[in-house]
Amino acid sequence: MQKTYYDPADLKKFGQISEFEPDLAEKFFDWYGDTFKEGALTSREKTLIALAVSHAIQCPYCIDAYTSDSVKKGVSEAQMMEAVHVAAAIQGGATLVHGVQMMNKAKKLSM
Amino acid sequence: MIKSLKSRAHDLSSTEKQLEFLANGQFADGTLPTFKEKIKSSGIEKLKPTQIEIFQVNVGYMCNMTCKHCHVDAGPDRKEIMTIETIDECIKLLKQHKIKTLDLTGGAPEMNPDFRYFVTEARKAGVNEIIVRSNLTIFLANPKYHDLPEFFKENGVRVVSSLPFYNADKTDRQRGEGVFTKSIEALQMLNKVGYGKANSGLMLDLVYNPSGAFLPAEQEMLERDFKKELKQHYDIDFNSLFTITNIPISRFLEYLIDSENYEDYMDSLVTAYNPMAVEGVMCRNTISVDYDGHLYDCDFNQMLDLKVAAPKSQHIKEFNVKALQERDIIVHQHCYGCTAGAGSSCQGATV
Repeated sequence: MQKTYYDPADLKKFGQISEFEPDLAEKFFDWYGDTFKEGALTSREKTLIALAVSHAIQCPYCIDAYTSDSVKKGVSEAQMMEAVHVAAAIQGGATLVHGVQMMNKAKKLSM
Repeated sequence: MIKSLKSRAHDLSSTEKQLEFLANGQFADGTLPTFKEKIKSSGIEKLKPTQIEIFQVNVGYMCNMTCKHCHVDAGPDRKEIMTIETIDECIKLLKQHKIKTLDLTGGAPEMNPDFRYFVTEARKAGVNEIIVRSNLTIFLANPKYHDLPEFFKENGVRVVSSLPFYNADKTDRQRGEGVFTKSIEALQMLNKVGYGKANSGLMLDLVYNPSGAFLPAEQEMLERDFKKELKQHYDIDFNSLFTITNIPISRFLEYLIDSENYEDYMDSLVTAYNPMAVEGVMCRNTISVDYDGHLYDCDFNQMLDLKVAAPKSQHIKEFNVKALQERDIIVHQHCYGCTAGAGSSCQGATV
């Protein structure tokens, strides 16, 4: 039994999820592949979005994969960090904007 | 500036040690298939040459630079250099066998004292295409090299230049402090005499190789980026961008081991193995010649001292086309570098 929840080697085994349910896995991987193709957004833009989202959802596999992909695609270190700040800003903002709800409730309850 | 593995008497300056390293670890314990096993699984028992079209001559390991990833282990401290007698032997062969392309490499090939002689004689010998693999900074290293762009133009040389990235940070980390600025100046010198300009007939190609332990991105995308960035910021034009995968030997192998990237890098090369890329590997139509006249399947095998498996034709003095055509190409784990993804050769991607 492994002693940690995450193992970097598991990233390479992602494709093996098809073992338990091949049809849905096939649909997912086809859709995943098409999503990242060059389209209205460039593949580099998509990589940066993925990198930011990886941080927001705090997925270590995704951070590993999309940092490598960013470096490979020539994304600069500053661009990568700015993307992480965008994710963090949205997360921070999402927390803080609920402050309005808190204020509304507090004001309603108070004389 | 870093020094060559050879002058540091580093373990990896021994080709036996490098080959031993590449044979061990993941490849010895069965985690990863050896290159031989892998091509066999694609139905290739032995890798055979097609026809010799390119004569790639390494005129010496001396270089004005000491790049971190250099597969030649070149540097200012390397003294191996081709003599004029060996150059004459090469010219004789080029004439005799009507070889289409002469590809001059090094080190910095321009540092060979008889470099210009080699180029002009090859032109007189009627070679279709003369390629010089230039590190660019050599143009500015000494006043005697300032007129190289004109010399190249006069001789219709195709210039293939290394530029790992379109910004200073990544370029200098791989090739040394200040290299990017000098490379830009050198490219502008080439543009000025017409290289890379539309309809000039003077070809200037750039070579991109990753500045780290990762594979190159798609060649077309990078070419687009390089063209846009170099034009916008430095008004530079060039013809094509060749993406070349870093081969895990010599100083790049040292880097992989020291940065603890070796196992993951080999794994990524094996995972990206593309059977289609085996077809187009450059060792099938190229013969590599070292400064001393010995023959190899490619420049990488030259650096690993793996001479062609044609015992009767291992030197230009005993050059035998039939023996060379019939030989098996020597492969080892480093060959995964040329078959990963879209493939890699001295002319860039192969698929």
